[in-house]
Parts: sequence; structure tokens; C-alpha cells
Amino acid sequence: METKVMNCIMCPMGCEMTVTLENGKFAAVTGNSCPRGARYAESEVTDPRRMLTTTVRIKGGLLPLLPVVSADVLPKGKIADCAAYLRNVVVEAPVQAGDVIVPDILGLGVDIVASRAMENVND
Amino acid sequence: MELYDVVIVGGGPGGLSAAYSAYRNGAKKILVIERDRELGGILQQCIHNGFGLHHFKEELTGPGYAGRCIALIQDKPEIRTLTDTMVLSVSKDKKVTAVNPERGLFTVQGKTVILTMGCRERTRGAIRTAGERPAGVFTAGAAQRMVNMEGYLPGKKIVILGSGDIGLIMARRMSLEGCKVQAVCEICPYSNGLTRNMVQCLYDFDIPLYLSHTILKIKGRDRVEGVTVAKVDEKMQPVPGTEFDIECDTLLLSVGLIPENELSMAAGVEIAPFTNGPRVDQRRQTNLPGIYAAGNVVHVHDLVDFVSDEAEIAGKFAALEAQGNLVPAVNTVEVSPVNGIRTCVPQVLHLPEGGEPVRLFMRAGAPDRKVTLEVKCGGEVLVKKILPVVKPSEMITLDIPAAKTALMHDKITVGLQAK
Amino acid sequence: MDFFKETDVVVIGGGIVGTAILRELSKYDLRCLLVEKEPDVAVGTTKANSAICHAGFDAPTGTWKQKTNVRGNALYHQLQEELDLDIKWTGSLVVATNDEEIKHLQVLLERGRANGVPGLEILSREEVLAKEPNLVTAQAALWAPTAGVMWPFGCAVAFAQCAVQNGAQVICDCAVTGFVKEDGAVTVVNTTNGAIQAKVVVNAAGVYAEEIAKLAGDDSFTITPRKGEYILFDKMAASSLVYSAIFPCPNEKSKGIMVCTTTHGNTFIGPNANEQASKEDTSVTPGGMNEVIAGARKLIPNLPMGASITEFAGLRAVSSTGDFILGASGVPGFINAAGIQSPGLAAAPAIAEVVAEAVGREMYLRKKTGWNGRLPKKPAFNRMTASEKQKMIEKNKLYGRVICRCETVTEGEIVDAIHQPVGACTVDGVKRRTRAGMGRCQGGFCGPRVTQILARELGIPVEKVLKERQGSELFYKKFEE
Repeated sequence: METKVMNCIMCPMGCEMTVTLENGKFAAVTGNSCPRGARYAESEVTDPRRMLTTTVRIKGGLLPLLPVVSADVLPKGKIADCAAYLRNVVVEAPVQAGDVIVPDILGLGVDIVASRAMENVND
Repeated sequence: MELYDVVIVGGGPGGLSAAYSAYRNGAKKILVIERDRELGGILQQCIHNGFGLHHFKEELTGPGYAGRCIALIQDKPEIRTLTDTMVLSVSKDKKVTAVNPERGLFTVQGKTVILTMGCRERTRGAIRTAGERPAGVFTAGAAQRMVNMEGYLPGKKIVILGSGDIGLIMARRMSLEGCKVQAVCEICPYSNGLTRNMVQCLYDFDIPLYLSHTILKIKGRDRVEGVTVAKVDEKMQPVPGTEFDIECDTLLLSVGLIPENELSMAAGVEIAPFTNGPRVDQRRQTNLPGIYAAGNVVHVHDLVDFVSDEAEIAGKFAALEAQGNLVPAVNTVEVSPVNGIRTCVPQVLHLPEGGEPVRLFMRAGAPDRKVTLEVKCGGEVLVKKILPVVKPSEMITLDIPAAKTALMHDKITVGLQAK
Repeated sequence: MDFFKETDVVVIGGGIVGTAILRELSKYDLRCLLVEKEPDVAVGTTKANSAICHAGFDAPTGTWKQKTNVRGNALYHQLQEELDLDIKWTGSLVVATNDEEIKHLQVLLERGRANGVPGLEILSREEVLAKEPNLVTAQAALWAPTAGVMWPFGCAVAFAQCAVQNGAQVICDCAVTGFVKEDGAVTVVNTTNGAIQAKVVVNAAGVYAEEIAKLAGDDSFTITPRKGEYILFDKMAASSLVYSAIFPCPNEKSKGIMVCTTTHGNTFIGPNANEQASKEDTSVTPGGMNEVIAGARKLIPNLPMGASITEFAGLRAVSSTGDFILGASGVPGFINAAGIQSPGLAAAPAIAEVVAEAVGREMYLRKKTGWNGRLPKKPAFNRMTASEKQKMIEKNKLYGRVICRCETVTEGEIVDAIHQPVGACTVDGVKRRTRAGMGRCQGGFCGPRVTQILARELGIPVEKVLKERQGSELFYKKFEE
């Protein structure tokens, strides 16, 4: 039996949690304040995942950039690849908050959506 | 001169939340004045997530949170917003003078005014870093705006001074943009950022964090070429012989935020020590009748959710005052932070007959665990709360029910129980 | 840029001295060109100094320093109105804190009277405190009512603009690389922008005047840079600290670490005085800052150190002769205006007269008809009345958009500063002309906006916009178009 101490990152509380592993597999967690913490702890020792926020380029908007966010967590090891891919994505205004900008990014089963609305300033 | 129930200076989350709350509390004519080209304030450049869990019960990005605040006030005939408009002065008698390219210079009269100007970043000059004055030294927020909204990078090889949340977030942001973040230096022996940001902004990207280190010198005459770093002792003084150089073309500074109170001070608003914002009561009224203040202009928050909460208080009472419905206060109580609590907002309570629910926002002086927060009046403990963790960087909140405030007289203290 | 390749006079160096000389020469029927190695004028000693228009009691009687200081001070009283210069005639105090220093005040007083400085008097402690309540350590002080505080970059730009308005030219990013001489006389100035024929060359190259002189064959002097460091405070925190320019009793190296409030209400402390080999190193140092703080505390013990907004250092051009080096050199056609350290700012217009006389000895000078010594008033939004502001915005909408929040500088002022003669082409150049970025946030908010405005107005990409010198680009492109 092995224990791992980690800080939860699911919300700003940053609970300190102790994860118990049996034969390298997740067994139990203590110290979390909510079920999200427990899910994070299990995922962190088996398949660590992260949210991704970045920007894509936008044409016709008030700004040249549109902020985007992953609709769900992505494999931690793929975050850099996803960010690099999104650097080359160009969309056209108008966009609504929540619009899917890139569906199923890199085949990972997660959509990339717009964080905000942006009108077309030329309309 | 146009007359408004409530004039709000600043259209960030504080101003927008105050406007919505004023509307919900019956104000009929509300004006929000924003200097930027759109509403939402600094949140529009904070594209990361982690906002809104308390206030909207949902995890949002900065622009997402701003969008929610904007949606709440949009299409309400009671609320008018002006963007690209700079407030030049606020007077004691609640006249607000502003300027924009279309209307020119104009003055509006508020029955009440709410100050929600937010805060700005401390600069290199404030921390007196030695060296030349090359290009490539930016405050983290200025760089964030360029990267996230304008489409430019401040550099390719980055050192960050200050491990507050903005510094940590920018470390990740620059890494995701393909830049190399060489190091984050922090003069304190602990990080001033949220734990989650340490994990996902530094550890995930293998960015070295130098605690108890500061930047002695900026190298480079025209463009930053590197920094000289040194360890500091307990008094935060550099330890000779510990200097080393880090190569970089950019230094981002995340060395603190200062409430932006030039308008408040010119109006005659009393500024409290330590928070560097207006001294306010539990309704967020300043020393000037009818002038309220909320959000980062009062004291720097770590969570925008609390800014909204606080602005809603200001919005509510400003609206009530504008309608002549404010319950008069009969009891003045000074609030003093003691024992491990460094600051507390509000600094004073103006309580009506029978008391009023009060929420205190505090900051601790040093990190600690398993402590008991106590509110005392005349030696008697009125309210207690056990806190599993306290950190200077994280706001502590405490709700005091109306019945307890009715027991207060003259002065209360808020502090941590001696262990 | 097209510029005169055949000139009467080439002035080398676009600081306060070079620009004042160019303006003086523009009064005559001459083809005059000023060459400056940096992208903008006023980026050397002129941009980092105490900004004092000295009264003139310091320099020994009979020296160039003395003569040009007293005369220059008088000239500024007149130029202020003609060129719309920012000068606050605050007067200055030299503070004595003990008996020995009180004795020294007497020396200064007598020298000042011999120098022709008007209105000097020694004030008692009570009289000092009545003027400056924060000078609690003062026992007595020398009061010089004609001293003032100026906006040095504004003066240099105004001199240059006045010269350009009268037909002279200013060419920046143009470094002198050598000279061609015929029969021992300088005839051609070689520059990074090509060869320029000149009948007379004026060396106003600041700390590099020695190198320029040597290129021309004049090795009669050397220039040693002497660094002075400064700390500047937020105007909200410190504007009422002192009103006039406050000096300690001087020593042989400098007039000492002073406390003063600028024309725009920021109090500053400094400078120290440390000689160094490098003519490039303008870094502030931890030791230097401590020295400045300690020195200033002797005058004002209670400094608002938490309110510092910037620190900077400048290099004084200290000559081996101990005095300004003015006039003809051993090389025909080569005139020096070298070694101009303090009180150079105050002396500049008088130095220009001396140099013009020297030019007159090389060639016939005829006054131009229709020379215009007046510049239009520069609209500064935050100094306008409400109705002036309204009118300005009606004329130009951009005056209704505030870009620099700390100093309330509008987009209109910035755009005008870019398109004026000798216009701003760098972020620091905009700052020196409009104050955008000079406030408490030091360009945190407006720096990127100013960069974008410069790019738009100059028609260059954002990533090419310079902070100050070549190589000081501020931003990188995030993606290729």
C-alpha cells in the first residue's frame, strides 16, 4: 500500500488530499471536500487530465483573438499539442459563447468552445 | 444635467454586479461608465477558467464570467452603459464628469455613486529593481492583454517575478504559446498563488519556482538580455554570494496590485491603511454620504466571485438610498483586525435598530492551519469559525447574523484565537 | 528620408545643446542640419537629469559655466512664452544644516552676486520653514528666486521644432562615422546615412563629444561620464513635500543630492555622482539608490519611499578642463559645444549664442527675414478648462479618448505628437512629448495602446515599434499573417 499527497485543482479551495494506492491502483482518498475532488484524485493517479484555455484567431471581430476553452478535461500529455493546433485555427465572427470552435480536438473526444461572444464589427 | 439613481464608475465585474443588484433593488435609472472599449473589465483578458464557482455555481472562464454579468444587465431599460468613456472626476455632491469621443465632456448627477474602478499592477519602479530600462519588462497584466486580446507576445524567453496568481497564470499562458518560461522567482518563502495554479501552471510545465529569491538586476540596455537573481534572508534582503544569472528576453512582473483610488481621493473619500482602498461600512458606503465602493477598488480580492458579492451589497444599499428606503443606522461600531488578521473590510459598521447581517472579508498575515477565527466585542466572543487553512493570498469570509450584530457596541475585534 | 547633403552647418547631437544651437542658427540664412544617432532627439543626458534651470551662483566667476548659465536663465524667462515651454519658476534653496555649511552659504552668496545672479538672499531657519515646512533639518538657506524647474525633453523638442519651422533639418538614426578634411579643415561629415558636405561642424555630442572631436582631429580634451541616479515619486503621494528646488550644500563633484518637484508635480530625489568608464551604462544600482535615499533624507527625513514609481540614471558629460568647452577648436571648421554638464540645461540657449558667434567667425551670417520664433501652443488636455476640452473634442474626436489614465493623456495628443515636426516615433518619444506613461502605472495600461497607435500612425507593424533605441522592439508577432 502506498499513499500520495496532492492538492486538488478542481476549484480554488485547493484541498490537500491523501490518495491511497493498492498495487499501483487507486483505492481511497481523504481530505477532499466534494465529490469532484475524489474524481480528480482518482484521475490524477491513473489518467491525469486538465482543462485547456487558449485563443484562436478570429476575423471580423472587435478583437483579433477569440478565447476558447475545452468543454471537458483533456489528457494532460496532449495539452501542448492541442494548444499548438489551436494557434493555427481561424474563425469568422460572429461567434456566440459556447459555440463549438473545434469539435473533437485531435480525436480526443472533447470539443473546444468559444468562451465569449464576439459580434462581427463589419455587419 | 441628467439625474441617475445610481452612477457606477467602472464596468468590470464589480460595476456590473452592482448595477444588476441596484436594478433588483428597485433603482430605476442606473448608469455604468466603462473606460475600455467593452464591458467586463480585466476579466476579458483572463481567459483561463476557475471563475464563478461561488457566485454562479459553475466554473467559468474570465470572459465567460464577464459575459454572464453583461447578460444580466443587458436589454434592461433601467440600466444604461457607456463604454470608451473615462471618468475624470467624482465630486462630493455626486456629480460625475466623464469624457468620450462621441459626447465629449459631460457631467451627470447621481443620487448615489458606486466606485468600482478596480486595481492596477505594481511596477518595476515600485520595487526599485536595479539595471537599465530596456524593452521587455512588462507587468504580467499588460502582457496578458497583449497575448490574449491583441495577438502579440511580449517575448520568447520569459522570467516571471512574483508567484501570485497572475504570475502563475502567465507562466502557463506563455508556455502554451510556445514560449520558454525560464523561472518564477518569489521573494516570500511561500507562493502567493492558489494551490491549483501552482500545480497546473508550474508543475505541469516543469517551470522552476525559486522561493525566497528576488531579481537584483535587469540586464540589457535596449532589450532585456537576462536577470540576476539572488536568495533573500528572513528580512527579504539579498544574501551576498547567492547571485546567479538567468537568460531571458522578457521579465514579467506580478508583484502586487494597488486599488485605483485617484478618483476617490480627489473626491475626498477616506482611504484606509493596509487595504489602500476606501474605508467602508457593511453597506459599502464610504465616509462620503451616498458614495459607495466595492470590489478591488476597496481591497484586492483573489476571487472575482467575492467582488460580485461585495458589489451586490453596494448596489443594493445605493439603490435603497436613492429611493429613500435606507434604514437609518443608530449604532456605529469600529472593526479592528487583530492577532493574525491583517485587514478586514468593512472597517466600520453602521447598524440599524435590531442589527443587520454583515459579511466580513479578511486577509491573514501569514499562512497557518487549523485556526479559529473570533469576533469579539467587549471581551465577549460573538462569532467563531474554524478555518482549516489560512493564507495571506486567500480571502477569508465570515457571515455575522443580524441578531449578533445587535449585540455590538463601540468596537469589535476580529482575530485568530491564540493556539 | 531626404535631407540636405550640402550644408552650411552640421550640428552633431540632438540633446538640449544641439537643438538650442540649431534653433539659434536657424535665425540666419544658412542650410543647417542636425544629426542624431538615436531614433529621437533628447535621449541622452537631456532625458535623465535634474531638470533645473539653475540661477547661476555655483560656477566660478568668469567661466563659461557661469556666463552661459546666468544668461541662459534670463533667456528662458523669455523663451518660455515664445516656445510654450514648461518651466516652473520655483526658485531654489541651498540648505545649510550646520555652522560650517552656513559659512559656505555666504561664499555662494558672494559668488552669486559677482556672477550677476539677481535676488539672492540668505534665509533664516524660520524663513526657510515658512517657504518649505518639510525642511526640518535646515538651519539656514540660500534663496535664489530666479531658479526654476523645467521639462527638459519638451525644451529640446521645442528648440528642434522651432529650428525646423525656420528651415533647418533634423535627421535621426544618423550616426557620425568620420570626417573628410581639406587643407586641415573639416569639409564633409560621414554618417551612417551617407556623406554630408559642411562648411562648419558643431560638436554637441554629449558624452561622445570626445570621440567626435578625435574623429575630427581635435584631441585637446576628454569627456568622463559621471552617472547620476534618481528616484521619482507618485504625484498623489508626494506633491506637497517640497515646492522649490532644494539642494544641500554643494561639494566639489556636484551640487549634491536634491529634493525637487517636477513641472508636473512628481517629487524626485537625486542625483548621486559616480564617475565610470562606460558611456553607455545608465543602469541604476542598489548602492546608488541607497546613496540617493540617504542623501535626500538629510534634507527631508520623512520620504514617501513606498510611493516611488520609477528610478533612472543619466550620464553627465564631464570635461577634462573643468569648464564647458565652447567655440572654435584647433581644427578649422570644427566648433565644440562639449563637456556640457550641469548647468547645461539652463545654459543651453546662451551656449547656442556663443556657438552662433563662433560660426559667424567662420562664415558670413545674415539674419533671415521672416524668422518665426514662436511655436503654437501644445494642447495638453489635462491642463485645459472644461470649455477648452469640449472645443478640442469637437474639433478632433480623438481628444475625447483618454489613453494614459494616470496622466489623462488623450489619443489626440498622442497622434499630434507623432505627426508634429520632429515628431515622436518611439514609445518613450511619445512619453517625453505627452507624458503618456509617465504616471504611477508607468505605462502598464497605456504602453501597449501607445505602441499600437504608433504602429497605426507610422504605418509600421506593432512588432517594429521601438521603446527607445534601435533594438528596443517591444512585442513579437504571435502568428504569421
